[in-house]
Amino acid sequence: MADPVLSIRDLTVEIPTRHGILRPVDRVSYDIAQGEILGVVGESGAGKSMAGNAVIGLLTPPAHIAGGEIRLNGQRIDTLGPRALRRLRGKDIGMVFQDPLTSLNPLIRIGDQLTETMLTHLDISRKEAEARAIAALDEVGIPGAARRIDSYPHEFSGGMRQRVVIALALCAEPSLVIADEPTTALDVSVQAQIIALLKRLCRERGTAVMLITHDMGVIAETADRVAVMYAGRLAELGPVRDVLTKPQHPYTHGLMASTPLASRGQARLHQIPGAMPRLDAVPDGCAFHPRCPAAQARCTASPRPVAQDGAAACWFPRIKQEVS
Amino acid sequence: MLAFIIRRVAQSALVLLIVGLVAFSMFRFVGDPIDNMLGQERTQADIERLRVQLGLDQPFPVQYYKFLEGAVQGNFGVSYRQGRPVAEILLERAPATLELAAVSGLLAIVLGIALGVFTAIRRNGVMANVIMSASLIGVSLPTFLIGILLIYLFSVELGWLPSFGRGETVRVGDWWTTGFLTPSGRAALILPSITLGLYQMTLIMRLVRSEMLEVLRQDYIRFARARGLRDRVVNFRHALKNTMVPVITVIGLQLGAIIAFAIITETVFQWPGVGLLFINAVQFVDIPVMAAYLMLISVMFVGINLIVDLLYFLIDPRLRVDRAGGH
Repeated sequence: MADPVLSIRDLTVEIPTRHGILRPVDRVSYDIAQGEILGVVGESGAGKSMAGNAVIGLLTPPAHIAGGEIRLNGQRIDTLGPRALRRLRGKDIGMVFQDPLTSLNPLIRIGDQLTETMLTHLDISRKEAEARAIAALDEVGIPGAARRIDSYPHEFSGGMRQRVVIALALCAEPSLVIADEPTTALDVSVQAQIIALLKRLCRERGTAVMLITHDMGVIAETADRVAVMYAGRLAELGPVRDVLTKPQHPYTHGLMASTPLASRGQARLHQIPGAMPRLDAVPDGCAFHPRCPAAQARCTASPRPVAQDGAAACWFPRIKQEVS
Repeated sequence: MLAFIIRRVAQSALVLLIVGLVAFSMFRFVGDPIDNMLGQERTQADIERLRVQLGLDQPFPVQYYKFLEGAVQGNFGVSYRQGRPVAEILLERAPATLELAAVSGLLAIVLGIALGVFTAIRRNGVMANVIMSASLIGVSLPTFLIGILLIYLFSVELGWLPSFGRGETVRVGDWWTTGFLTPSGRAALILPSITLGLYQMTLIMRLVRSEMLEVLRQDYIRFARARGLRDRVVNFRHALKNTMVPVITVIGLQLGAIIAFAIITETVFQWPGVGLLFINAVQFVDIPVMAAYLMLISVMFVGINLIVDLLYFLIDPRLRVDRAGGH
């Protein structure tokens, strides 16, 4: 088997505060193979974006990587200096942000934003970059790309702007794209188009994708594998079918049971009691145990269970049980 | 665009009219110019004759109207004190003030923006913090005190630079005199322009810093970094451009203020500009000179503001509504 494009091992991100050290990402491990889409799901504050930012080297201080390692195409990148990381960003790792209305510089023509990115990373002439910029816009489905190249971001709708953002993220042909809630800020009608576009482009190029979202529907339709995060920790990791239909971790199970499905026809949605703990009050042992229906004495004590690929972070996983 | 300019020019004219009215009505409380103009041995008849001669016997609206009538034709009357046309006196003094203001303005803008950007990018650095603390002095010390301190240090103690006057000047063209072309003229410019520009510089610097810090937090800056653009490109192309939109307004106002507040600096350094002229005019209740000076200053303020508004169009494409494509 070929090396995965991205390989994260025991990644830990810490934020030192006056009240102690917070761990928004705590010993998280996962791989993403070439052409594979890994969906990272979890509630707000579960650490999914923080892990993405750690990979691309854009953690906002004082947050920093405190342990573990990140490898991109076999090369270790968490130990690189700022200059080397800068060259990596955009060239080897592309990123798509949540809100296309704010992620494009309002005062710079989109063509110039595209060419400056390509000229930074690729050894091509300005003329060639301009030609490629038009091709890139055309590829993401901007009608009349040659004409729109001189437009400013405000002259596009939200969905169109997200297409431009995707073109920007992919213009230097990175091997990994981190898409951080790429559809959350968009109209429902546009969401499916953007996801389909992202999926198609990455499949064509064999780009690995880290798709960060809290939308189970998007995950079910798009991802090959899923990583479920809870309180900065990986709860469960596995192929999308297994995780969605046969969740091992009680949290994943609760999450799935609380997702409305037309086929299920429930009157009332399931609800997980309680709320995710704040980062400064993560309980000992399994972080989920205060809310877990199956918790036992072992769950409350250290060491906590750690998830492996295909094995949930749970001492008492639900095995081969369909969500009822 | 054209409609916008026409509307702005009309607004500007209205502003000037009101400024003129306010200024003109205030002069009535400065004192009676006749007192200064006639000597000890004046008679009531002399006073009345002069009053009629100057038109001061007429009601206020008539005086104001006559002033406006002359002003639009470039005729601001005759100085009571010097007996020469005011326009001529102002024209003679204007180069000194404009050169001083230009040097101070340039100093304030260039250094202000450069230091503002520096302190924003290195916001935790030692140097940036030193500059920020030092800038508090610039903001809080009054202009005349800075001038006096500079004179004490560089003229009295060190004897490097002249403490007053404009040095030697050279006549360029019909009426412009410049101090740029002689060594003494250039030396004489240094202290006054620092005095005049320091406050504006620190103001611009602090503004640029806070605006830039705000811009650096924006998503598009994060996205620019995520695309691997060089720090230089992110800071100066992406961030500075967005920073400049609000900063330009303030810079425009500050340029007007530099010309207007040159009065204090010119007094401290006995700089032969229009500000000193105005101060002397106040002492002698030389109403035509005062009125013309105030009109001149307001024309500059209004003019600069107009230019600033037009600069917005240049910088921010979102304002150019007439050529917007999509939406």
